[in-house]
Amino acid sequence: MNSRSLQTTIIFLVVGGILVLAFSGALGSASRGFTSVLVDIQTWVSSRFLGFQDFVTAPRDIVTLRTRNAELEVQVSQLQAQLIELQQRVNETEILAALVDFSRSNPESTYKAASVIGRDPSPFLHYIIINRGSNDDIRRGMPVVTNQGLVGRVDAVIADAARVQLITDPASSVNVYLQNADTSAVLYGSVTGDVSLDLISQNAAVESGDLILTSGLGGGYPADLIIGQVVTVRALEFELFQQATIQPAVDFSRLEIVLVITNFRPVDIAPLEPVVTPSP
Amino acid sequence: MRNLIAFPLLGLAVILQSSTVSQVNLLSGYADLPLVLLAAWALQERVESSWHWGALTCLFSGFISGMPIPVVIAGYLGVVFVARILQRRVWQAPLLAMFSVVFLGTLFFHVLSFIVLSFLGTPFAFGDVMSLITLPSLLLNMLLAIPVYAFMRDVSNWVYPAQE
Repeated sequence: MNSRSLQTTIIFLVVGGILVLAFSGALGSASRGFTSVLVDIQTWVSSRFLGFQDFVTAPRDIVTLRTRNAELEVQVSQLQAQLIELQQRVNETEILAALVDFSRSNPESTYKAASVIGRDPSPFLHYIIINRGSNDDIRRGMPVVTNQGLVGRVDAVIADAARVQLITDPASSVNVYLQNADTSAVLYGSVTGDVSLDLISQNAAVESGDLILTSGLGGGYPADLIIGQVVTVRALEFELFQQATIQPAVDFSRLEIVLVITNFRPVDIAPLEPVVTPSP
Repeated sequence: MRNLIAFPLLGLAVILQSSTVSQVNLLSGYADLPLVLLAAWALQERVESSWHWGALTCLFSGFISGMPIPVVIAGYLGVVFVARILQRRVWQAPLLAMFSVVFLGTLFFHVLSFIVLSFLGTPFAFGDVMSLITLPSLLLNMLLAIPVYAFMRDVSNWVYPAQE
């Protein structure tokens, strides 16, 4: 071992020994004063460094927060959209459940559910477009109902859609039966979407609240489908028939899902109707 | 080639008419978006394909509507006819021409519908039709006229760019 390395070793031992003595408290007040200065310096440096660190990193945090906020806003809007979609599904499920109840309580008919996807572009006509067509065995003339009552009948069919003439259409007429009065009548639509009864016998005792059902006469609709209730009756002595205004059971402005009765085939009675020939 | 935009545009207009516009009613009337669109297109100065657009509107609308096809054809082509006539006469006041075409076109279409449907056996009262369907529809069509005219002017500038 040469003199230089011996010197280095001695210095290390001396300094190490002093440090051991100082940290173990053997140096007393001298070491206490020294360590307190060290701690103060350490505290000052540390606090200044933390301040500087805050200053440097704070803007970065705002950017991070803004990004996070934007992400959360996107998430909230997605959740709101999901909520609306789920609410729609709940509504749809409620309607479908009611329709299933209706079809169970009327097992004599077979039904095909369809969504209403549009209305006739012309305000003169009261038609709806449904998303079932000939591919689903929908045929012209089939009655369309909801769980509340009669809606109308299929007027035209293409492969994947069909057009339904509502009973409120001005050109629509339905043979009906007034349950309480035990009499027949004819239901007509109008441009306003109101429906009214005509051709009620003057002898029939029709009252407000009487239930109106399809009679099945004429072969256009099956019998006993609910249509609505009588609201007011107009009976004038000099007229041949009474008239009545009707509150339909179906809310035609809020049709979403309907049932097509697929096992009903309308009967065309036109060939049986008498032909009027002009007298010579 | 840019005229092919008629297919998606008129198709969308008829779909919107059936699904949305027909739900926004005033009394028993509602606006006729394809009619207003067609009127605005036929009134544009450089447009040469207004009859084609009219025929396409008849095709789309006639496919959906329960209205007899001859009424649809005569109604929409009548609108194009009125628009082309007025476009040559009052070209300096396009909005006035637009309002006139929408007014006359709607009136013509509705009177034609009334006559043909009555002839086919639908019981209509003329007063009811005018007050409950035609006048509210006229008002709504007029409200649609200005934004649709502005939109169709942009479309026509795109389809028929100005010659430098």
